[in-house]
Amino acid sequence: MYFNSIGEFIEMGGHGFYIWLSYAIVLGLMAFYYIFSKRLAKKQEQTLLKFYRRMNSRTETSNNVQTSLGEEK
Amino acid sequence: MWTWFFQLASPKWVYQFADKLLPWFRWITLVLFLIGLTLGLLFSPQDYQQGNTVRIMYIHVPAAFLAMFVYVVMAISGGIGFIWRIKMAHIVSVSCAPVGAIFTLLALATGSLWGQPTWGTYWVWDARLTSFLILLFLYLGFMALHNAFDDRKTADRAAAILALVGIVNIPIIHFSVYWWNSLHQGATISKFEKPSMDPDMLKALLTMIVAFQMYFLTVLLQRIKAEILQREKLSGWVKKKVTNSTAN
Repeated sequence: MYFNSIGEFIEMGGHGFYIWLSYAIVLGLMAFYYIFSKRLAKKQEQTLLKFYRRMNSRTETSNNVQTSLGEEK
Repeated sequence: MWTWFFQLASPKWVYQFADKLLPWFRWITLVLFLIGLTLGLLFSPQDYQQGNTVRIMYIHVPAAFLAMFVYVVMAISGGIGFIWRIKMAHIVSVSCAPVGAIFTLLALATGSLWGQPTWGTYWVWDARLTSFLILLFLYLGFMALHNAFDDRKTADRAAAILALVGIVNIPIIHFSVYWWNSLHQGATISKFEKPSMDPDMLKALLTMIVAFQMYFLTVLLQRIKAEILQREKLSGWVKKKVTNSTAN
């Protein structure tokens, strides 16, 4: 180990601000994007579910219209 | 052997394969990051000139390397999709773009935070930094162009051409430090020569590069899964999967 105390580790020889800010930005953005991309597939499934429901109801209504037309004849 | 190769073009097969691989990739990424960060922050020496700011290198170099690597993957898979009209290739290409843009942004941010204490400035318009900024714009341009078309096939093909044209920037970035006078240093790790770096530093850096690679693969597969679902919404297996998984 190259540090003698926790204080020294945090201070990083006076460059703590730059070093810790870099690590925070990198790890923060990567963690955020990991979670975001992990949820993408689930979100897509929910959108598709709505899409399938809409498609089903549309085919059902068009079927109803056809049958009602048929009855009128 | 060839069946495996052809299966790569099938969205259904790739989706199931990604599902199987992802838990492993997630754990490997996490473990590699923990090892790499411990090595880089605690068990590697200071630089004799830079002091502790050299520790920014353990995240800057992998981010910059991945930014260029992802671009090559994006352009080549875009090219494959363009020439042989393979759906899966376009899916990979499109999924690469945001991940690559993030790596580019991170490389620029960490580089500039290293530049201030080391060079005395956050930014200079020198060849390496400017060509890297262009890489960011290429990624953003790729995404904007892909979003600009209503027809997905046209979008895929147009974006693939942009990616292929933009690949000329990759050798420019790499050789910029040799072709022009630059503040940025040249490559320290080379395939042909012994690296001019402390072995403890090298260990930390290589671990972090592999960790970033694994992170890229994990996030890429997660994006690919969503992209496949969206594009294959009319095929039976997606419909079955979506309706079944929400019913449970």
